[in-house]
Amino acid sequence: MMAGIGLKGLFRSDLPVARDSSGGFLPWLIALMVFFAAMATTGSVGLTDMIARWNRDVAGTLTVQIPPVIGTTAKAKEETAARVERAVRLLQSLPNVVSASEIPADKLAALLEPWLGSRELIDELPTPRLIDVTLNPQARPSLEELQTRLKDAVEGATIDDHQVWMSKLISLAEGLQKLAWGVIALVSFTTTTTVIYATRTALAVHRPHIEVLHFVGATDSYIARQFASRGLALGLLGGLGGLLGAVPTLWAIVRLSEGLQGGLIPAITIAPLTWALLGSFPVIAGLIAMITAHITVRRQLSGML
Amino acid sequence: MQQEQFEYDTVRFKSVGLRYGNGPEILQDISLTLTPGSFHFLTGPSGAGKTSLLSLLYLARRPSRGSVELFGQDVTSAPRHRLPAIRRRLGVVFQDFRLLDHLSALDNVALPLRVAGASEAEIQRHVPELLSWVGLASHMQAKPSVLSGGQKQRVAIARAVITRPDLLVADEPTGNVDDRTAIRLMHLFREMNRLGTTIVIATHNEQLVRQMRHPRLHLEGGRLSILQPEEG
Repeated sequence: MMAGIGLKGLFRSDLPVARDSSGGFLPWLIALMVFFAAMATTGSVGLTDMIARWNRDVAGTLTVQIPPVIGTTAKAKEETAARVERAVRLLQSLPNVVSASEIPADKLAALLEPWLGSRELIDELPTPRLIDVTLNPQARPSLEELQTRLKDAVEGATIDDHQVWMSKLISLAEGLQKLAWGVIALVSFTTTTTVIYATRTALAVHRPHIEVLHFVGATDSYIARQFASRGLALGLLGGLGGLLGAVPTLWAIVRLSEGLQGGLIPAITIAPLTWALLGSFPVIAGLIAMITAHITVRRQLSGML
Repeated sequence: MQQEQFEYDTVRFKSVGLRYGNGPEILQDISLTLTPGSFHFLTGPSGAGKTSLLSLLYLARRPSRGSVELFGQDVTSAPRHRLPAIRRRLGVVFQDFRLLDHLSALDNVALPLRVAGASEAEIQRHVPELLSWVGLASHMQAKPSVLSGGQKQRVAIARAVITRPDLLVADEPTGNVDDRTAIRLMHLFREMNRLGTTIVIATHNEQLVRQMRHPRLHLEGGRLSILQPEEG
């Protein structure tokens, strides 16, 4: 006598919800929401990677600047070299410094050559000497103390801590990441609220039909299932539409970002896991619409006899 | 099954009153017992409260006072989740039919079976047979909008009896059909009654009430009296 509720039973409807104009706009709205969610999620994941990379790059390094002794004489050059050597020795003696080495003059000159011109000119200019310092990331020394000791050893020595300006960049990225999560939350809220109102409208439209179903012995769950399966179908449809819009857009952004490769902002890449996450969005949209519709119908029906 | 049926009365009203909102009482102090397998007509002038009394029977309303028991269960303040199981033991023929316009005659009749979880095979075995019996073999796929009043009424009756309910409540079930069909439908009700279904039929058709010789529940001014056939 009793048969289980199969897939056919799940999508079969005794109510004319499929012809219901009150839900006609839902797939369009859900498509738009899934599009925004896909953009925000990809942005958020991309920013997470970028922040991690920046943190990794700057966490254990700093640069020390040693002012040169003014003059082009051999003595001046010797004194400058002595200053650098003192600073390097001091740095290497510190417990939390993994390594400290002078950036070779040739390398510095090569970096400055595009702006300052010939190599001979650069050699005559009083450009500061730089020491690249690698710190123990687990036990970072106090930068203030380091600065004092360096100044005691070499007058005018300064620390160029990458993290000072990089941390501002990271803060900005983290702010954008929070904004992306805010967009995802807003999208979820909007989708849920819209499904609730569309379901309430449909319930009001179909109230006479629902009464008949009640009179023939239908449970609230039986009636709610019909609205829920409609919600699932509309959610899946809208979600697929949104994803179809998001994929080419993201692909275009990835292609455009390839021109940034090698700079501070790395090229945007979308990992397979992120694509898989985006692929699940239509299912998530369908489930949100289905569960929301089911709960809304159950709550509304509880006010009927 | 037979033994279980006689453990309780099908319907028991105790001092039931019903009012809509703050209006006057439509039904006053109705006390009534319908035993399993009984057959009653519900009569009375228009506005006497027949439809209101029926609405208490098919659980569309709860009484304003007093108590209502169906199949031995107090439904006066029963929680909602207990009502569907009780409603599945009821068959209701509404005066305005209440067919679902978007469903075919076959699907309308199949509705109580589907709600009860019957298999499609079972539906395809029983529903066409019943629709043929009520003379709608050639209208199984027709939507209510293309059916005449009498045809709709027969679909509504078929929907009410398809589950062989324990209690059949019908509001003017022969009001829109010709005499020949009316007699045929009354035979159907009589046959169901013979098989154990308790039947309550609201009607204005005095000739029918006299012919069938069943007791009548007579409502007048919201008060109920029970008249035996010889008295009617």
